[in-house]
Amino acid sequence: MTKQQANWSPYDFNGGTCVAVAGADYCVIAADTRMSTGYNILTRDYSKICKLADKSFLASSGFQADVRALQKHLEARHLIYQHQHNKQMSCPAMAQLLSNTLYYKRFFPYYAFNVLGGLDNEGKGCVFTYDAVGSYEKVGYSSQGSGAKLIMPFLDNQLKAPSPLLLPARDAVTPLSEPEAIDLVKTAFASATERDIYTVSVNGDKLEIVVLNSEGMRREYMDLRKD
Amino acid sequence: MGYKFVILRPYCASPLTMVPYVTGTSVIGIKYKDGILIAADMGGSYGSTLRYKSIERLKAIGKHSLLGASGEISDFQELLRYLDELILYDNMWDDGNSLGPKEVHSYLTRVMYNRRNKFNPLWNSVVLGGVKNGQKYLGMVNMIGVHYQDNHVATGFGNHLAVPILRDEWREDLSFEEGIKLLEKCMRVLIYRDRSAVNKLQVVEEWVVQSIAKITEEGVSISPPYSLKTFWEFSAFKNPTAGAAGSW
Repeated sequence: MTKQQANWSPYDFNGGTCVAVAGADYCVIAADTRMSTGYNILTRDYSKICKLADKSFLASSGFQADVRALQKHLEARHLIYQHQHNKQMSCPAMAQLLSNTLYYKRFFPYYAFNVLGGLDNEGKGCVFTYDAVGSYEKVGYSSQGSGAKLIMPFLDNQLKAPSPLLLPARDAVTPLSEPEAIDLVKTAFASATERDIYTVSVNGDKLEIVVLNSEGMRREYMDLRKD
Repeated sequence: MGYKFVILRPYCASPLTMVPYVTGTSVIGIKYKDGILIAADMGGSYGSTLRYKSIERLKAIGKHSLLGASGEISDFQELLRYLDELILYDNMWDDGNSLGPKEVHSYLTRVMYNRRNKFNPLWNSVVLGGVKNGQKYLGMVNMIGVHYQDNHVATGFGNHLAVPILRDEWREDLSFEEGIKLLEKCMRVLIYRDRSAVNKLQVVEEWVVQSIAKITEEGVSISPPYSLKTFWEFSAFKNPTAGAAGSW
């Protein structure tokens, strides 16, 4: 007798790749705009980047319904924080909140692969990278999602992360300038889209880039093949 | 494959709800110049039997929204009950405001997602469209809560057969006639190639006529059921067993 199999899964994989790079006084958060299921594209125009606070942007890929629920949850928590503390949450504080929120559903996880990017209280760029159940780490750069395995080695090579074993601890924030970092991110996506079917920024799909710096935030859509 | 076992006991709220019984097939929706157009056939399949041929899968919701559902018909009827209550409470405020398509879509998304969290999904994929204050909206939600908005959406087989046509031929400034022709083109392909499709369809239209940002007319209309012309006189169909002896 064949083993019983479930005919329904509460999860789906809607694809996508997210990247964030921290600089001395800026942070670049980028994600593609494709939403897919199986071999179908549902839409070419879906944003994976969400503003949680003035200086915290969350980019998430994975199961879109869970990602959206997670974003709504964190937005609501931030609103409550603002009412109670009369100020915006700092990026490190939001990072901890995200970790706790993910672990809260440790036994029915949010199928979301997150990268949180922002500026800390001194205006320096910070990036936090997560797994689906809340393990997190402050890093200088990270990528998550279907194209991460293609992009991460490239970033490691270009951004030359110092070993975490060194003492005293070295800062992983990149010395690159903002335009150089943006160019690097575009290059990373250009490469990933060549080989990852779930991450594509061609044929009408786009790359969405959010840049946070001392002047504020700007959101740009770049169609890689046209620039 | 082809097994339809219930999900393992400890996680399932109700083992009877994990298998659809009477199902509707694709729904297709597009935005056009003056509003929204949604089309669906009137079939309700019971497995491989085309059991029901007069099921209205397109409904108007409140003043501004249109709902088209595919999947389990009884769950669609349950969704209509949820929405009736939502619209009733909205009307009872009697404050001149009314829920627009964006709000209804958001509500539906939350309902579907919460049912999925309890392992008791409403086995549907729905298209939700509408116009409010001149703003067009078109979205889709499925049974696990995955949702999006776009200029054209489809459920089920429509994703495979209709969306490629829409991606190629949809334009921002489609007139009503062009929009209907485009939808009919997609529905025709579905009739030919989707075994659950029935050649009896309805199209619902929500339109707004604007002149320099002022809305002069707004309305919703559901067409009576009609059929599309199909062509079956291909010579290969005439003698279907002709090549059988020599083929693999």
